[in-house]
Amino acid sequence: MAAVAFYLVSAVAIACAALVIFQPNVVYSALFLIGSLLALAGLFLLLNAQFIAIVHIIVYVGAIMVLFLFVIMLLDLGRDPAGTEQLPYQRGLGIGLGVLFLAELALMVSFGGDLAGAPEGPLPAAFGYTEVLGRMLFTTYLFPFEATSILLFVAAIGAVVLGKRRG
Amino acid sequence: MTVGLAHYLFVSAVLFSLGVVGVMVRRNAIIIFMSIELMLNAVNLTFVAFGRFLHTLDGQLFVFFVMVVAAAEAVVGLAIIISVFRLRESVDVD
Repeated sequence: MAAVAFYLVSAVAIACAALVIFQPNVVYSALFLIGSLLALAGLFLLLNAQFIAIVHIIVYVGAIMVLFLFVIMLLDLGRDPAGTEQLPYQRGLGIGLGVLFLAELALMVSFGGDLAGAPEGPLPAAFGYTEVLGRMLFTTYLFPFEATSILLFVAAIGAVVLGKRRG
Repeated sequence: MTVGLAHYLFVSAVLFSLGVVGVMVRRNAIIIFMSIELMLNAVNLTFVAFGRFLHTLDGQLFVFFVMVVAAAEAVVGLAIIISVFRLRESVDVD
């Protein structure tokens, strides 16, 4: 049952990701990326990462992709004029190198074998629950958490400064 | 047949390669940005998969931080794209 769900969700994720790239309309690309991200949230659920799956949907689909669509429609970039490549063979070369890269990664995964020191038996109870994650976030990972808030603050200021019209 | 770590790593490898191809093939800055998001998400998947099979939650917390960095990157990057568009009336990277 879990295997069927895994293959179904990963097929959706990969198909949508391919359509993001090989598809001329930019708005459709953004919509297919949303599909891919939703499928990825399904994979997170299969990996017992419930909190991460929900946060992933809220942050990516709810915030980042809405921002992307907003910019696409604000700048009226609906159509990407195809067939105007200035570098010869850019498409073929890019796809060929990508396939080579994938072959390398697949080779590494297949040679990797079993995970050294992987614990046996079932998962601990409450694995991936919000309570456990929150406790870790405010004890072990307190410093990165605070640094993250500063990063977000700086990013917001930077976006405002960049977006301001030069006057 | 049971789904193991290698399956998840392979899906992640495919998604990452698709992101790489997108950055190399497309010239629209917004699509290049989406490809970068795709690559970040592929790496998130490896983090969660490794964490799941090592029975540790540190991977999930790393994904949390990667998401924050991705959000910040998207905000600043899109602001840069808007100012480039104002300057050149196009978002082609050529």
